[in-house]
Amino acid sequence: MSEEKERPSEQAGTEAKQETEAHTADSPPEAPKDPEVVEKNESSAAHETKPSAAPVDPEREAKLKAAAEARAARAAAKAAAEGGQPSAPDATAAPVDPEREAKLKAAAEARAARAAAKAAAEGGTPGGTSASAGETPAEPKAPSPKQPELDELLVHLRTQVGDSAVEEASINELNGHMPMLTVRPEQWLAAAQTLRSTDGGTFDYLRNVSGVDYETHLEVVYHLVSLVTKREATIKVKTNREQPSVPSVTPIWATANWNEREIYDLLGVAFPGHPDLRRIMMPDDWVGHPLRKDYVSLDSEV
Amino acid sequence: MIRTEELLLNVGPQHPSTHGVFRIIVKLDGEVIIEATPVMGYLHRGTEKLAEDLSYTQIIPYTDRMDYVSAMTNNYVLVHAVETMMELAVPERAEYLRLVVMELQRIASHLVWWGTYLLDIGAMSPFLYAFRDRETIVNLFNELCGARLTYNYMRVGGVKWDASDAWLDKVRDFIPYMEKKLIEYDKLVSGNEIFLARIRGVGAYDAKTAIDYGLSGANLRCTGVDWDIRRAKPYSLYDRFDFDIPLGTNGDCYDRYLIRLEEIRQSLRILTQALQQFPSGGETMGKVPRVIRPPAGEVYVSIESPRGEIGCHIVSKGKQEPYRLKFRRPSFVNLQILPKLLVGETMTNLITILGGIDIVVGEVDC
Amino acid sequence: MGDRLNESLSWGNALIFTLWGVVLLILVLGFVTYAIYFERKVIGWMQHRIGPNRVGPLGLLQTVADILKLLIKEDTIPRKADRVLFILAPALAYVPAFGVLAVIPYTQNLYFADINVGLLYYVALSGITTIAIVLGGWASNNKYALLGGMRSAAQMISYEVPLVISVVGVIMVSGTMNLRSIGEQQGDWFWQWNFLPQIIGFVVFIIAAVSELNRTPFDLPEAESELVAGYHVEYSGFRFAFFMLTEYVYVYAIAALTTVLFLGGWQAPLAFLDFVPGIIWFLLKFASVVFFLIWLRATMPRIRVDQLMGLGWKVLLPLSLANVFITAVYLELFVK
Repeated sequence: MSEEKERPSEQAGTEAKQETEAHTADSPPEAPKDPEVVEKNESSAAHETKPSAAPVDPEREAKLKAAAEARAARAAAKAAAEGGQPSAPDATAAPVDPEREAKLKAAAEARAARAAAKAAAEGGTPGGTSASAGETPAEPKAPSPKQPELDELLVHLRTQVGDSAVEEASINELNGHMPMLTVRPEQWLAAAQTLRSTDGGTFDYLRNVSGVDYETHLEVVYHLVSLVTKREATIKVKTNREQPSVPSVTPIWATANWNEREIYDLLGVAFPGHPDLRRIMMPDDWVGHPLRKDYVSLDSEV
Repeated sequence: MIRTEELLLNVGPQHPSTHGVFRIIVKLDGEVIIEATPVMGYLHRGTEKLAEDLSYTQIIPYTDRMDYVSAMTNNYVLVHAVETMMELAVPERAEYLRLVVMELQRIASHLVWWGTYLLDIGAMSPFLYAFRDRETIVNLFNELCGARLTYNYMRVGGVKWDASDAWLDKVRDFIPYMEKKLIEYDKLVSGNEIFLARIRGVGAYDAKTAIDYGLSGANLRCTGVDWDIRRAKPYSLYDRFDFDIPLGTNGDCYDRYLIRLEEIRQSLRILTQALQQFPSGGETMGKVPRVIRPPAGEVYVSIESPRGEIGCHIVSKGKQEPYRLKFRRPSFVNLQILPKLLVGETMTNLITILGGIDIVVGEVDC
Repeated sequence: MGDRLNESLSWGNALIFTLWGVVLLILVLGFVTYAIYFERKVIGWMQHRIGPNRVGPLGLLQTVADILKLLIKEDTIPRKADRVLFILAPALAYVPAFGVLAVIPYTQNLYFADINVGLLYYVALSGITTIAIVLGGWASNNKYALLGGMRSAAQMISYEVPLVISVVGVIMVSGTMNLRSIGEQQGDWFWQWNFLPQIIGFVVFIIAAVSELNRTPFDLPEAESELVAGYHVEYSGFRFAFFMLTEYVYVYAIAALTTVLFLGGWQAPLAFLDFVPGIIWFLLKFASVVFFLIWLRATMPRIRVDQLMGLGWKVLLPLSLANVFITAVYLELFVK
């Protein structure tokens, strides 16, 4: 908690933290690592490695806070909607609503600003940043049709695995509004078990496991589908680059076996718990992991 | 004292029945297999790594070469992924053309599988009949896009070449011809006692195993699980057509055989309907920006290729090249069940089971 | 020929017999050459393609070219192989194949030997080839050749039993093992030929014969897509050609035997057609049996080894025994 106070505090920021503290105080005392804190740590680490992105920083922090607020608002709305928690009385439902609108608007603005900043960073037009930051979209975005699915998943995972299991949750609009969750590697195995079971969504079919090398970290992406409910979900598990390790889900979905071997072979992610982790595409005595971004091939002309 | 030893035997990498460069290390106790370890990677060409330096249109020829027996569906999965990301609208004529070539490709691929499977089992003639009929389809493709095997036909937003009315008439003529041939093949092979004795009851597994191992295509549907992406998550124009999904009951090689033959019939049915609905004019390419730059984000789409579910996972940073491009290859995933199925089988059944899974090694290794 | 056989063996007679033997050898070699060509052409046509058509007019010299290639190859003998047995095995396989041709009668007067136990001679001699095959597999000093040799020996032995027992019915009906008499007794009309009265025996004989010949659907020992290769894996060049020659000479022998035993030999199918010489009828029937074997190869898939054994012992053997029993009952009740 002390780390949060180190940041320049803004009005909305402190409010958001108070809200989250109020709501999370009711749930069983959590480990000191909040998902938001972890994310901020990671983003601060990202900031340290990219000094050239300094002008974007304050905006980015603002956006992160707005995202946190949105999440908190969502959680509040959910808690209010379900009404199952005895410590969240209906009295909080009414005052949350106008605040919720405000937060949604702030989230939408943040999203727009984020998009503009991204376009600026890549398009290279310095003037665009400030111009588009000032604009706001006409109205807040309508909630995605698959939002209830995402919320359901969040609930399942939060109740059965733990509050800190899910780092990030969003709707991937590009991909047909697929619910996309980021799960922490420590809780991934338990989360996978939950997802497979009937009270977690019955995701019995693991369609695809991909490994992605973002230069700052590695990520393993799982695409799930439920043959029963026809729902889809994307789960990401992030891990660091020095000692990448994601628990293997081969005991849960047997199809992960060779997929994880391929990711180990080509990206170097270790999967503790895998029955037979060895190289699959490259020869057994190959050194290095070819799909990594910093891989130097033996033949430099290739 | 009789001492029995275990024999370690190598099937492949060069072997007429492994359908490509693929190796299985088999531990035998007499004639019975105790353990089988597939070794692959002989055909690994680094498509995914290469793709990180190429624009999306440049990657399309690489997709042809992954599952070279079924190149049109590979093309489609990539362009469909990019179009999903960019929310591009594909004109009607182009979409119909895509569907027609994909279904023709399905028939051609299943014919190759049928011919080579029977060749492995020992019957020499069906191989030649299958290839004779596949020649008709391949000639149609040759006329359409200039290539017989690796077509490079689809583009982001449409297709490259338009089809003339004469071409469409040739496809229309092909359909009753193929239906007649299928009846002939059924009479020749499907009722043959020796063939049935070789195939029935071999390599059986249940639905739970199939779902667990992520099998797709005929390998999943032979256990009775009704999951065909054309029906469950329709893409392209498949929701406009009326067709059945053949399902099996026992999960053995015979069911897979029957399902694939029936799928040819259903493809012919889809083709008939598609050709009836075919738009008379229209563009073959939609409104696509000159430089294809999908927005930042990631997407995963999958379609039903003749071998199963082929998927494409693109992570884009808003540039012309993908940041990460991963193909979910059905042969790679389907092959995982081979070591499990082979335990306790004889060497002869190894060939039968491996052929029944229907792999293309170009896809296994990518 | 018959009278000469009954004379005492003088040098002149011996020379004439040898010359006739050489003539038969040349004829048989000619048959083998053109049976292979015929097989490739027919299977090609059945598979909607043309067979060989480049070497010589219409491809007629294709087999000659193939045999020439085999003859000029290097003669390799594996280092640790048993030299004597390795060299002996192909010859030992071929000699009985040629030897059994002596008892086949082509017409009433055209025959090489008129042995009263001709059928027994045939069956006995053809068993020696099985020994030669095991010998070839063993002498190669190769695990897989030995396994393949054992497997094909097991196949051949298993199918010899129903082969012989199915012929017993014919022997009982004809009352003799003399092949010439069996041929003579198959009357003037085609329904008197043995294949109809002895239909069970005929069917069992045909199936067992295909298996004896190691042809599809029973060609497991030669299958390429199976791993454990056949007994001839270490043989190359001329010695390999010998094994192939053995197989095709057996095709000749089995086709001729089927014709004589079941299809009436040199008799015309309809009594008024007997102005056509007997040899023509013999050749026509013989050719149709060979064609049937080739047809079977183009059409059928391969049977698995355990199913093969099961078929031989559990289906064909009881059927052939039943055939003997039924024939005996019939003879007892209606003929005596």
